[in-house]
Amino acid sequence: MCLGIPGQLVEMSNTDEHLARADVSGVVRVINIGLLEDEALQLGDWVLIHVGFAISKIDEEEANLTLASLQSMGQAYDDEMAALRSSNAFR
Amino acid sequence: MRFVDEYRDPAAARAIVARITSLGGDDHFKFMEICGGHTHTIYRHGIEHVLPPSIELVHGPGCPVCVIPMGRVDDAISLAKEPGVIFTSFGDMMRVPGSQGNLLKAKAEGADVRFVYSPLDALRIAVGNPGRQVVFFAVGFETTAPSTAVTLLQARARGISNFRVFSNHVTIVPPLKAILGSPDLRLDGFLGPGHVSTVIGQRPYGFVAEQYGKPLVTAGFEPLDILQAIAMLVAQIRDGRCEIENQYSRVVKEEGNPKALAVLAEVFELRSEFEWRGLGFIPGSALKLRPEFAEFDAELHYRLPGIRVPDPKACQCGEVLKGVIKPWECKVFGTACTPETPIGTCMVSSEGACAAYYNFGRMHREVAVTLGRTSPSPL
Repeated sequence: MCLGIPGQLVEMSNTDEHLARADVSGVVRVINIGLLEDEALQLGDWVLIHVGFAISKIDEEEANLTLASLQSMGQAYDDEMAALRSSNAFR
Repeated sequence: MRFVDEYRDPAAARAIVARITSLGGDDHFKFMEICGGHTHTIYRHGIEHVLPPSIELVHGPGCPVCVIPMGRVDDAISLAKEPGVIFTSFGDMMRVPGSQGNLLKAKAEGADVRFVYSPLDALRIAVGNPGRQVVFFAVGFETTAPSTAVTLLQARARGISNFRVFSNHVTIVPPLKAILGSPDLRLDGFLGPGHVSTVIGQRPYGFVAEQYGKPLVTAGFEPLDILQAIAMLVAQIRDGRCEIENQYSRVVKEEGNPKALAVLAEVFELRSEFEWRGLGFIPGSALKLRPEFAEFDAELHYRLPGIRVPDPKACQCGEVLKGVIKPWECKVFGTACTPETPIGTCMVSSEGACAAYYNFGRMHREVAVTLGRTSPSPL
């Protein structure tokens, strides 16, 4: 639960409720982007996702670095991705 | 230098290590990494064995799973066993032992315990089960707490009346003060946490330099980030500087995330004190729901045992969390206490120092022993 995972915004689903769809290592899920409302997020932007919420805007290079580093964690990363896949919020 | 070859940019890693070695000289420096994510990276990549002997890393209390005291786990299990309750928790918390077992055991005994990825999942379960009470076991530092806050704001806006939060959110600055004030630990500086700092920014750490005269460098999670941050700490000391610096500026901003801080302040207030595993009661170190959110507060809605439970005698998580002993120096490490049958919280979470060392560190240490870099440990 403590890992921040990079995701790329692929759809602004519901701007009133601050919801967007993000591609996280090939898994597309709805995330809440309300904590970054000052960042004027655009489609294609990368964000760091923590328990379903975007907490920081990052660039693509940082996203790739973070992803590579997470993948090297093995089980902890697999568990986090499994949790993310199982998440039922706003799907 | 075997581990360096696994890094993204081995040449850069070697250059940073050479700089640390030359700056460090014959002196000895003890730095604490606060964040469990850093602890994981350090063990995963054998950073302790890449560093010169002048640098010692001490693993701090920045794993939110590891610092929850047994009494709060017992309270959580009591909530899970309340008739009609669906108890929701992050997966990490399911195996954390209370005095009478863990949440998985409660589930096996019939309690409706469900693991969720996000507090929003818990809210969704509440919406889908209007005849049941849904309680969310909220844990985590300032990284996670804003998500709980936004979820509570949504619950209130949508008039969802069967959703409650059992808040165990903690804050990072008070335990740092407790550690800096502790007589049994001499530290020369800190690696500041990465993701917590994306929320709180750099300013709250000012006291580390101003009041305690120690440098702090907020670091990213790659091996190169950690090496770079260590080089920055040693450079500060050699220059006679003592500052709060940011190695992870590509993600962490000076002012943090103002929106996240605003929702935290709207929903939560500081508890007068909170018990931390191994560190005892620390004033103002945890968050509870503001009175305006009382209807969502599980602690007000249910009668909890609220009994303080001392850690098991054999378990030395407290000393590990304060950095007084290394994981392998604990009497039960790797024997009675393993990731499969954890006695202490540090062995439960993959970011706990003991689990990280158990999974990765022993291998590196054996290599280091054969290289003659460090003396064998009694495993």
